[in-house]
Amino acid sequence: MDPSKSRDSAESTRVIQFPNDVLERILSLIDSHRDRSAVSLVSKAWYNAERWTRRHVFIGNCYAVSPQIVARRFPNIRSVTLKGKPRFSDFNLVPPNWGAEVHAWLAVFADQYPLLEELRLKRMTVTDESLKFLARKFQKFRALSLLSCDGFSTNGLEAIATDCRHLTELDIQENGIDDISGNWLSCFPENFTSLEVLNFASLSSDVNFDALERLVSQCKSLKILKVNKNITLEQLQRLLVRAPQLTELGTGSFLQELTAHQYEELERAFIGCKNLHALSGSWEATTLYLPVLYPACTNLTFLNLSYAALPSEELAKLVAHCPHLQRLWVLDTIEDVGLQAVASNCPLLEELRVFPADPYDQDINRGVTESGFLAVSLGCRKLHYVLYFCRQMTNAAVARIVQNCPGFTHFRLCIMKPGQPDYVTNEPMDEGFGAVVKTCTNLRRLGVSGLLTDLTFEYIGRYAKNLETLSVAFAGGSDRGMQCILDGCPKLRKLEIRDSPFGNGALLSGLEKYESMRSLWMSACKVTLNGCKMLARQRPRLNVEVMKDEDMDDGQSYKVYVYRTVAGPRTDAPSFVHTL
Amino acid sequence: MAAQGEDLNLEATELRLGLPGTVESEKQQMPPSGRSMKRNLIDVNDERESNKEESDGLSAQNCDKQDVHRPSKAQVVGWPPVRSYRKNCFQKKVESESTGAFIKVSMDGAPYLRKIDLKLYKGYSDLLKDLQDMFKFKVGEYCEREGYNGSEFVPTYEDKDGDWMLVGDVPWNMFITSCKRLRIMKGSSEV
Repeated sequence: MDPSKSRDSAESTRVIQFPNDVLERILSLIDSHRDRSAVSLVSKAWYNAERWTRRHVFIGNCYAVSPQIVARRFPNIRSVTLKGKPRFSDFNLVPPNWGAEVHAWLAVFADQYPLLEELRLKRMTVTDESLKFLARKFQKFRALSLLSCDGFSTNGLEAIATDCRHLTELDIQENGIDDISGNWLSCFPENFTSLEVLNFASLSSDVNFDALERLVSQCKSLKILKVNKNITLEQLQRLLVRAPQLTELGTGSFLQELTAHQYEELERAFIGCKNLHALSGSWEATTLYLPVLYPACTNLTFLNLSYAALPSEELAKLVAHCPHLQRLWVLDTIEDVGLQAVASNCPLLEELRVFPADPYDQDINRGVTESGFLAVSLGCRKLHYVLYFCRQMTNAAVARIVQNCPGFTHFRLCIMKPGQPDYVTNEPMDEGFGAVVKTCTNLRRLGVSGLLTDLTFEYIGRYAKNLETLSVAFAGGSDRGMQCILDGCPKLRKLEIRDSPFGNGALLSGLEKYESMRSLWMSACKVTLNGCKMLARQRPRLNVEVMKDEDMDDGQSYKVYVYRTVAGPRTDAPSFVHTL
Repeated sequence: MAAQGEDLNLEATELRLGLPGTVESEKQQMPPSGRSMKRNLIDVNDERESNKEESDGLSAQNCDKQDVHRPSKAQVVGWPPVRSYRKNCFQKKVESESTGAFIKVSMDGAPYLRKIDLKLYKGYSDLLKDLQDMFKFKVGEYCEREGYNGSEFVPTYEDKDGDWMLVGDVPWNMFITSCKRLRIMKGSSEV
């Protein structure tokens, strides 16, 4: 709180002037980019002090700003986080070659930020050339994180391993990449010691185990190691004894057969890892050896089993050993009975994500139901983040769940059949989601599903005052639904809608809103080209991009992506993206 | 739009995936996608048992129009919203359970790779004969001490440890379980 505010108005014009270097010293302690944005708005002096002291820049939409503008404003950046494609590209709704290429950014950074140390990319297109460029041009480069990116292959990783002499972090997650060979791991120099984070769990090619073992032995600061599923249990044991200081471990698969002696050694290796607080892996259904994990489970705060299709009994046994668990990611093979075990054994749970093991399976008797969710809400009162894929739900259950856990900040419920009503009453799920927004006043992110009328959106608009992100699919009855959202949610930043009957009226009702949001996505809705053109005409500071929707027969459907920008229309748009 | 709707009798073909017998008197209560949509089949080899509830809701007319190999439920692009990477993980699991040991074969200088099923071959000579046919080259004579003599083409494979080995050194059965991919190397380039 600015103390000058409490003085009377005559004095408030006399703002205390800090000498610049004092101001910069103070501001350099502020990390949060939102706080920094606020700081930069205070006065010119503060704006300048802030821009000189900023070390990390977060760009939530790579097209909202240009690399030149970023470099002009922030001369001393050492770390960049860039997000590219709209989130629905994760689900194949964005055609390939859409854009979000990192290279243009790297070219500017090579010039303006030669001392760049960290690059974290999400949903960007990264080529091998870009990776080679990165490795060559930035002598101090230390940390690379690629999540849900595409366009590169393991050849690009070879360049990173070979040339980044100070690499501390290499985190490759869930990317659509060309996995040619595991040779990249062998490219780390012989005397390499700086690695702290290594995550190659999502790569499928074999790496040379000797090289990996040597790397792990030499990197004494290695804290996070996530190997891929080709690493056997025996190999894992050898790694663990060389890195007992690990805090996060991703194992290989658990398929190998072990002798009694090997089992004991593995168990001892896990006991030796006293600092382990996060565990993940792709564990196959043969689960004979899961008990070696039990000693390590006592201190676990994060357990990611979302690649382990284990039966519910095994999962139940496992979570029973995790009393300090705060975050659990799991497949719906856990079933309600397994979730019951979670409820009974993990009172500190804050986050639960249940993914579908078989998203296309129509068998209602598999997976989780409202009972599992309800059980967890009863046993885990600190629950505030849920992502839940299920095949049936009721309004009553949802209402009770949020009554038990009113602190939800992220409520993402995915009833997998589009437009499915409450299976007991056959009514729309309006009242359930109504209860969510009425009860959970801190709600920041909401994903809705099931049969929903405009009433759901009336509720959201009226009650969800802190909502920032809303995902809608196969929902709503008329323009009124979307209008309620745009009129109502003051903090809305991201709105993504698919297969819902919202048209031009709804689109244009957001004229006043879109510039305060990061982006709007609409596909398979009822907007027409004319509606989009009208929006573009009235709001020149928005990019209104349309793509013909190839999934629709009628040749008149468009995918619309609207976002605020200071960089003008894209200069790299492919032929199928039209900026209006 | 409305005219289109009447012609196509959209109500009858509407993909209402709710329970049969659901009373939907008001327009608002209908699931919103009243348009005809192409359904992209995600799993081509996926044969699901027809669920009676589903087929009551889905009209045969709609499915035939799409001319699609029909699972019990037409699959919508990008739904449920599970990341491609995650989906592929589980599809891959199913593939590896099926019989056959498909591996990629590359040859230096060839524009694209091939895939072969190692389990179909009886031994090394069978395999090499097929590879030579496929890529139009000839290997030299194999001997334990010197490898392949007499040709610039050398068959190599990547084993479980990620190392590149000469084809023919180990017993055939050991080879087919440890071979991850094949590469026909050309010239005197070292592995």
